[in-house]
Amino acid sequence: MTRDQRYPREIAIVAFAQTDHTRSSAELSEVEMLMPVLRQVLGQTGLHTGEIDFTCSGSSDYLAGRAFSFTMALDGVGAWPPISESHVEMDGAWALYEAWVKILTGEAETALVYAFGKSSPGELRDVLSRQLDPYYVAPLWPDSVALAALQARTLIDAGETDERALAGIAARSRTAAQDNPHAQLRGSAAPDVLLEADHLVQPLRIHDTPPVSDGAAAVVLAAGDTARRLTDRPAWILGLDHRIEAHSLGVRDLTDSPSTRLAAERAGLFETGVDTAELHAPFTAQEIVLRKALRLDDTVRINPSGGALAANPVMAAGLIRLGEAAARISRGDSDRAVAHATSGPCLQQNLVAVLEGEAQ
Amino acid sequence: MPDILSAPLVVEFPFTRSLGPVQSAFLTGLRERTVLGVRTSDGSVLVPPVEYDPKTAEEIRDLVEVAPTGTVTTWAWNPAPRRGQPLATPFAWVLVRLDGADSALLHALDAPGPDAVRTGMAVRIRWAAERTGAITDIACFEPGEGQPDTRARPHSGQFAEAVTGITAPARLDYTYSPGRAQTRYLDALAGHRTIGERCPACRKVYVPPRGACPTCGVPTDEQTEVGPKGTVTTFCIVNIKAKNLDIEVPYVYAHIALDGADLALHGRIAGIPADKVRMGLRVEPVWAEDGRYPDHYRPTGEPDADYDSYKELL
Ligand SMILES: [Zn+2]
Repeated sequence: MTRDQRYPREIAIVAFAQTDHTRSSAELSEVEMLMPVLRQVLGQTGLHTGEIDFTCSGSSDYLAGRAFSFTMALDGVGAWPPISESHVEMDGAWALYEAWVKILTGEAETALVYAFGKSSPGELRDVLSRQLDPYYVAPLWPDSVALAALQARTLIDAGETDERALAGIAARSRTAAQDNPHAQLRGSAAPDVLLEADHLVQPLRIHDTPPVSDGAAAVVLAAGDTARRLTDRPAWILGLDHRIEAHSLGVRDLTDSPSTRLAAERAGLFETGVDTAELHAPFTAQEIVLRKALRLDDTVRINPSGGALAANPVMAAGLIRLGEAAARISRGDSDRAVAHATSGPCLQQNLVAVLEGEAQ
Repeated sequence: MPDILSAPLVVEFPFTRSLGPVQSAFLTGLRERTVLGVRTSDGSVLVPPVEYDPKTAEEIRDLVEVAPTGTVTTWAWNPAPRRGQPLATPFAWVLVRLDGADSALLHALDAPGPDAVRTGMAVRIRWAAERTGAITDIACFEPGEGQPDTRARPHSGQFAEAVTGITAPARLDYTYSPGRAQTRYLDALAGHRTIGERCPACRKVYVPPRGACPTCGVPTDEQTEVGPKGTVTTFCIVNIKAKNLDIEVPYVYAHIALDGADLALHGRIAGIPADKVRMGLRVEPVWAEDGRYPDHYRPTGEPDADYDSYKELL
């Protein structure tokens, strides 16, 4: 199957930029943090803000503690005179999905998608607990690390991993991030050394958890010949889909991710091989779940960027997976890649994209 | 570059939520030390209960009672409890499948240490001394023998004085930092000066500056002092007193284009009867002692500004 048959239009990621992700960017407002990234991503294509047909962003007010914080960031995209614009209170990967649909329907030829998250103003573990079921779960204030630890325990109990294997995932990811100038954590001690640390929430140690990050990212999407004009090697979106699990953790099998599998199937992943995977697995054990759901074997290079274990700007980390996968295709380091984004506790929502570069 | 300002910011809100029939029965049941679940169309029992079948999306209302004892299906030892969590001493987060149920409930398990916890262990509910109809009516779980033969029994879901809503208080603590442009603006205000920032592309001066030109999408990094005098571009007369506001009504709230600025900011006009305020009125700021922003603006006594001089700023 070619990409022309699956969808009415060819659409590609043609540019990607991200900040250097840091523990705190307190000196910058959100728009100040975001603006250099927007300049860079537009600069890669030669487009001006006024030439973009559709703009879509992802962010969350709960990170900054201010209502409508995304409207401030709009100053960075030149929103006057009025532009066609939308926002999702989700990771920017879902903003990319909205922009992709906008182009598919013929409403736009080009789209700018950006996402930002400043985790530093608040206590991220507590902040994320406010996205949980407000009747039965949120009143108990279970934090994000605790919920990930429950998932890790189910995998260990099922014999699918152990604490040493999880340390290996952390070490491999952060060692890979040594080649990523934007990553926050670059390099790692050996797994044996990591295992000497105390547990944060047992069975997870600090290395099993993502860094708390501030950062932003942006991509440009374009259709057909516009994409070919804007870049030498567009990262064509062969398929894109997102799915969700039942919201109650207690009805789910936490060792599996049927929503990821279904999204991957609908995105066409199982019809075609990939050489690279950018997985949004903020916690080490989640990589085990995703590898299984996406049927990735040892021939696939997993998270050469270091993934979310190396930098996790909340609301941007998923969009970065799509951007990193696309950038590898554009550079010629990959011919076909799968990118995954997640949102919510224990891989609640999952988005899968299959990207491809033309034969070199 | 001055130090970037920062200040504590506390966001607190009591979320008041109404309950549907299933959630109402479940939470009222907890108040009465009774645990209810709901039976799905394929016969499995979900605890806590939901109103729609997670597999078929069918509406489900078939309430059943399950045991206050159950089995840990997964756990995580929490050595450092955080604010709001069920226990102040180290505890285990657990998913517990209550006897008679097919799904698991998230809660805390009181245990002496991680070595005392394992998947598959039997636990029972420890009820809170005072119960109001909330998930926290379960104080926590504690180790205890289960009743493996327990089957879910039909239950009407009817209780006297059913709980129909919950109030879920939330509090999040932040350190707010306004960034470079607004720090410069606020620092200048502390010295009773107002600064704007000029866009390098369209040359417009924005006040208050936010570091970007919303028209051009480029950084505005050239600071320029504006005012202190300005022109009223538009205004309204406020006749209804806001709660906790110690300003007498009627008062005038206006958009004021400070001299040299390309964007009007807003402020209160005083020192002139409300019905004498007009577009084009020339005003100047009045600072309260130790004020970090103008308390209000008053007429300068100059002739009114010509309409053409501010019509672009309306
Ligand atoms: Zn401008």
